[in-house]
Amino acid sequence: MPLGPLAKWLLLAPAVALLLVLFLTPVGWFISASLMELGSWQDIWDEVAAVMGTGVIVRSIINTNGISLAVTLLTLVIGYPVAYAMTRARGLTFTLILVCVVLPYFTSTIVRTYAWMVILGRNGIINQLLLGMGLVDEPLQLMYNRLGVLIGMTYVLLPYMVLTLFATMKSVDGRLLQAAAGMGARPMTIFTRVFFPLTFHGVMAGSLIVYILAMGFFITPALMGGPGDLMMAMLIEREVELSHNWPVAAIMTIILLVITLSLYAVYTRFSDSSEERLA
Amino acid sequence: MMAGSFLRAALLRSVVFVICATMLAPILIVMIVSFSGDGYLKFPPQTFSDQWYLRFLTNARWVGSLWNSLLIALMSCVVATAMGFLAAYAMVRGAFSMRKAVMALLLMPLIVPHVVTAIAIYFMSARFNLIGFKPWIALAHAVVALPVVLIILQSALKAVDPNLERAAMIFGCGRAGVFRRVILPLVTPSVVSALLFSFLISFDELVISLFLAGIRSETLPVRIWNSLMLEVEPTIAAVSTLLIAATCLALVIEWGMRRYQEHRFGAKA
Repeated sequence: MPLGPLAKWLLLAPAVALLLVLFLTPVGWFISASLMELGSWQDIWDEVAAVMGTGVIVRSIINTNGISLAVTLLTLVIGYPVAYAMTRARGLTFTLILVCVVLPYFTSTIVRTYAWMVILGRNGIINQLLLGMGLVDEPLQLMYNRLGVLIGMTYVLLPYMVLTLFATMKSVDGRLLQAAAGMGARPMTIFTRVFFPLTFHGVMAGSLIVYILAMGFFITPALMGGPGDLMMAMLIEREVELSHNWPVAAIMTIILLVITLSLYAVYTRFSDSSEERLA
Repeated sequence: MMAGSFLRAALLRSVVFVICATMLAPILIVMIVSFSGDGYLKFPPQTFSDQWYLRFLTNARWVGSLWNSLLIALMSCVVATAMGFLAAYAMVRGAFSMRKAVMALLLMPLIVPHVVTAIAIYFMSARFNLIGFKPWIALAHAVVALPVVLIILQSALKAVDPNLERAAMIFGCGRAGVFRRVILPLVTPSVVSALLFSFLISFDELVISLFLAGIRSETLPVRIWNSLMLEVEPTIAAVSTLLIAATCLALVIEWGMRRYQEHRFGAKA
């Protein structure tokens, strides 16, 4: 039954109130109060300029975007064939692939990160294996560096990419591919001229969502990264927890929010049913 | 041509097999390591035992954090699902001029980095002395669980034919009756999914808890985090296995509910 305007807003009220009290207000308050600590507009502007001129902060912004880009490309290259195989698979094969994607997806990020620490650590499984086989003389440094961050984050974000790509690929009309084959197109041509263009908006949506989520990553880089892998989210946490420097945290937050929210605006253009894809 | 396509298919199959194995391997390895009888992390373990589980269950701090997590997740999933259900119903049945804006707002907590949400709530909570207050932490978790609940219930409610509601009303059923006798039975599996997923989101949440838990309400993920900062010890493997088991259980219940509903109504609800 259609709802009247009053009933509609009454039903929405609890959810909207929750977000107002525990999301919008705190974020707005934290940013404005922290900036106000600095004094006048001029002081705030000077602080922004100082922050943007600080080597550590500039490096963290570059790191964050570099790592996010690398993770996006890695998940895309790894996720594309898996999503494609899912659209082809039936029955048990499909279920098995789905389990391999969905089980990690719903497992706690900290558990997944810990799992890779067990595998990649100095006394980890890979090093035990390599040393045992005599392939290396001393343990390889697989973690606490960029490599560890990339492996950990790619693992955590891969399911998002696979599920987004799968949703798009599933809706591709198989008859188009048959038609192309019937008219003599070779498999490679069918892929580059028909299949890939038809799944391109899924590629964009998946890449954007992975990039957005990677930008705000904290747990995995904090546990698996080295001193050179400081990301923006970690820097914000550090400013608050260690230095109690709220103004700098607020400025970094604004930069992070501007980047993620503008990418999200682009994302909504690439996925008509953005709500369903996110789930 | 034929040989080429056969080779391509074989190549794709082996690539996908390797990727899938790599996706599952870390989870399986943690589960195997958790039953290790050795003094340190060794794979494969030389001996097996339940020592790490015993160590977990006999440690008051670990067990305390488990209870904190369960309590917070329970409160959080009920709140998120209840609020999400009402909002989803309004979004599906209400006529909206600004549906997109409302939806964008409701989905925002998924996009905004959790660190930002966490620090902002921490900033406010410190002023009202709410650090470590469990219902407050549960509400904060509900903020990030709400978008997921909303997505699940919105698509479920969209599938309910409004004519069924109309028919019930014509036969003298009130709004409450329609809700209890028509809508709820049709979307029960999705409500259960929403409860399970929001429970998992809260149970696994780390970043917000890290800031809000204080000393009073250390949750399991926070305890793992604090412990990982010191060393990679196998007790965490046992705890992780419990968390993985909880995830599996939730996924199996969810899957079972859907199968049951399909069987009962003969179609996807």
